[in-house]
Amino acid sequence: MQQIINFIIRNKSFLLYLLLFSIAIVFTIQSHSYHKSRFINSANFLSGGIYKSVNDVNEYVNLKTQNEILQEENSALRSLLFNQTDSINRTFIDSSFSGISYKFSPAIVLKNSYSLSNNVLLINKGKKDSIHQDFGVISSKGIVGIIDHTSKKYATVISILNTNSRISAKLKNSNHFGSLVWNTESPEFIQLTEIPKVAPIKKGDTIVTSGRSTIFPKNIPIGVIDSYNLDVAKNYYTVHIKLFNDMTSIEHVYVIENKDAEELNTLINNTDE
Amino acid sequence: MNSIIFTHTFRFIILALLQVLVLNYINFLGFINPYLYILFILLYPLKNNRVVFILLSFLLGLTIDMFSDSGGVHAAASVTIAFIRPFILKFSFGAVYDHQTMKFANVEFGSKLTYIAILTFIHHFILFSLEIFNFSKIILILQNTLFSSIFTIILCVLTTIIFSRRN
Repeated sequence: MQQIINFIIRNKSFLLYLLLFSIAIVFTIQSHSYHKSRFINSANFLSGGIYKSVNDVNEYVNLKTQNEILQEENSALRSLLFNQTDSINRTFIDSSFSGISYKFSPAIVLKNSYSLSNNVLLINKGKKDSIHQDFGVISSKGIVGIIDHTSKKYATVISILNTNSRISAKLKNSNHFGSLVWNTESPEFIQLTEIPKVAPIKKGDTIVTSGRSTIFPKNIPIGVIDSYNLDVAKNYYTVHIKLFNDMTSIEHVYVIENKDAEELNTLINNTDE
Repeated sequence: MNSIIFTHTFRFIILALLQVLVLNYINFLGFINPYLYILFILLYPLKNNRVVFILLSFLLGLTIDMFSDSGGVHAAASVTIAFIRPFILKFSFGAVYDHQTMKFANVEFGSKLTYIAILTFIHHFILFSLEIFNFSKIILILQNTLFSSIFTIILCVLTTIIFSRRN
């Protein structure tokens, strides 16, 4: 017993180092698995508060460009509003999703990152604004990510530029779907994998969300095809997509809540069993 | 004694804030960021309580992690260089360090550069290995380590020169 205690005292700094190093490794591993509860994230009052006060200043610098983006979106929405008669007269109604009600709430990005391999954003809405895990986040130009952790006033968003994120997407004109992954090389490009070989793809085709998950509604724009190649087994295409969104400059985003998500999920889980 | 504690608390906070609010957004050439906060670990007093020093380094790394949502990669890298610092000190300064008389302000520039460079490389290598977490991308890890280390070393040396007190 005496010897054990002596050993511990003699090597206390080494043992302390081992302990702290393993704690850090555990945190790291947790951060690599999607949705594990994490203690260390930026959606807490300290880092959230600091980022918010810095963002209050930064907002003024970007005010002009952000205004232009919002104005662009406004004009697009306005043109929809005044051209409504066309869509009412159309006989085709997207029946599969007509019952789903999506609720959009605006939010502001407090912290954005795009140079790491697992990028996370921080937004200024949290549990208080009834934002919860697995809500989708989009900007006026396209998708941004999925809500991960929430605190009272803030929430972290797993960006699409994150090696852990998998979002279902499809070709706009042919409905062939695959999943979006990121190869960490450039924040402007993202990869769409598992597109079957028979799918007709061309450079410049538009990629949109597939609406297969309960997170994003159908037909939210993602980007256009920049290049594509067959995978090793020659069965699936890997498509490089140029994003519509400039992920390096995002300020105003919308959080999408799918009011029927719970019902849909229970239904899908029951069918699986 | 109190002034030393004050200086280092101040340095801890300033370096952490500088790192998370400014340096994390530099993204030179798209991916190169300096990690200047390790200056706190590099310049920590030589006569120290090793346990407290390791704990402080862990805390500093964890603070950076909390702000940049990176799990525990900075904490792991910081605590490692804090642990191996005495060995690197002995390696780069040799006899001067053994006699316990050295001060960072009056050692020769060459050995100081070796000291900063070795610790920075080790820190960045652990940092990027854990962040990328995929040994098939070893080239990417080494490339990030090399470029970011050069950036960090230049900034560290400049900062120590600018803020050194002339006697």
